[in-house]
Amino acid sequence: MSDWLERHVPKMVLAPSFAAILLFVYGFIAWTGWISFTKSRLLPKYEIIGTLQYERLFISPRWDTALNNLFIFGALFIIISMILGLILAIMLDQKIRTEGVLRTIYLYPMALSMIVTGTAWKWILNPGLGIESVVRGWGYESFSFDWLVNPEYAIYTVVIAGVWQASGFVMALFLAGLRSVDEEIIKAAQVDGIPTSRIYSAIIIPSMAPIFLSSFIVLAHLAIKSFDLVIALTGGGPGYATDLPATYMYTMAFSRGDIGQAASSAMVMMLVVFAIVVPYLYSELRAKND
Amino acid sequence: MTDFISNPDAKHKSGKATKIALRWFLLLLLLIFALYYLMPLFVMVTTSLKSLEEIRTGSLVALPREVTFDAWKTAWSGACTGIQCQGLQPYFWNSILIAVPAVFLSTLFGAMNGYIIAHWKFKGANLIFSMMLFGCFIPFQVVILPMARVLGMMGLAGSIQGLIFVHVIYGLGFTTLFFRNYYVSIPGELVKAAKVDGAGFFRIFWSIFLPLSLPIIVVTVIWQFTQIWNDFLFGVSFSQAGTQPITVALNNIVNSTTGVKEYNVDMAAAIIAALPTLFVYVVAGKYFIRGLTAGSVKG
Repeated sequence: MSDWLERHVPKMVLAPSFAAILLFVYGFIAWTGWISFTKSRLLPKYEIIGTLQYERLFISPRWDTALNNLFIFGALFIIISMILGLILAIMLDQKIRTEGVLRTIYLYPMALSMIVTGTAWKWILNPGLGIESVVRGWGYESFSFDWLVNPEYAIYTVVIAGVWQASGFVMALFLAGLRSVDEEIIKAAQVDGIPTSRIYSAIIIPSMAPIFLSSFIVLAHLAIKSFDLVIALTGGGPGYATDLPATYMYTMAFSRGDIGQAASSAMVMMLVVFAIVVPYLYSELRAKND
Repeated sequence: MTDFISNPDAKHKSGKATKIALRWFLLLLLLIFALYYLMPLFVMVTTSLKSLEEIRTGSLVALPREVTFDAWKTAWSGACTGIQCQGLQPYFWNSILIAVPAVFLSTLFGAMNGYIIAHWKFKGANLIFSMMLFGCFIPFQVVILPMARVLGMMGLAGSIQGLIFVHVIYGLGFTTLFFRNYYVSIPGELVKAAKVDGAGFFRIFWSIFLPLSLPIIVVTVIWQFTQIWNDFLFGVSFSQAGTQPITVALNNIVNSTTGVKEYNVDMAAAIIAALPTLFVYVVAGKYFIRGLTAGSVKG
């Protein structure tokens, strides 16, 4: 009896967590998926009627804006954060004496809540008393910087704040990558008289491909989930000019009382995440098991 | 890796002066970047110490002419979040009440799960692990609607307990991952030897694994605390007036439309909301970074 118990204790200890994940992750995804194929509005209805919600979603100009914004924000956020992170990492890698302090400074925004970041940048970028008035105070009277309240440019302020928050983290990833490159190869290249820039472009950076991939995954994931930053910085406005899928979903779920739209937009978000993450996770897990 | 710019063995020997100039240039660039990252914090702190009058007439980047802590007092105990005007104070405690039990429970479960998946493999354990890992990645929007209903059914709608529950559930994936990856490096022979000596499942965990776990516990606790303290989506979706976490309250203060816009109070409130996680970062930065990188370079 005690032998049987001993053999099954691990399963029993793991069981509650597994059950929770099964129900609250997979069960809930299934529920949301189901609802996205029904006529649900204020209350969930369980009768499947087809792809009506998705059709409504894709003719909605607001969803169109949200997807467009995700594309603009995602692309710029990922590219700029990666370039900035890589440059900072390479510069910090030149045996800088104050590296520890600088690293701490570059990375601290990652410890902040997106709401705090949004609040700070909303103040800095506000056209009345922010950067605009600072530059005007320096004598450039006609300087204008009103992106925050300009429907056409407001999404770029989200990029500014997002990059500020996440680029230090990319720097940390790249720095760890630079440090793990085989020193012997670099020494050999130096002895052969290969210039530094070439050593970076031909040896070091290509060997960091996995780090590029994982920073891409992390940043893409952050971009798709971005919700708090937009809420705090622009509130999705002016109008719905800076809506992202995450804020669209929230608005439908909690202010418009349109569960069907909320569910279908959430499902689209999940599909986008899966399209990026699944191949990555699959290859990672397989590499580990081999 | 070796540095290049100051490396005397480099074949292209440039003049010493050029080298020194280059290094100063590099340092200057690094400092400019440091200013860029510090600027928002600087602006937040100085704005929070100015009077409204000075904010309107002065410059964003100027130091306060007259330092006043009035804005901090208002932010802590007087600012309005909608109709209530108690400042951030009650919400600060809400966040503590949510974070402490949620961090403790999710770390505890993560440790047990990781221990089992790393050393008590049974058929299907790997599949379970993959499924949990996957749970880390889902956009939470996809679980919000059903979770709101389930919390209602459990009688936890809008309560602190409900938020603790949600944070524990959706933290499990990460905590399990952290502990599993850490425990995998502990040799299995140790477990076998202990079994031969008659030690059981819990005994082995308690006397062999737990004493070795301090670093990963620190990493996990920091990661979970930061995630939960900074959470906004769950907080805004599953709380009600009175149980809101600090991030939601901060957002309400900043976007409250009644009265004069008090920028200094907004900034003081933002700093108060940021202080706990900033403190953790400054005190235990090494572990914070380890959590970040472990959470991103998965497998």
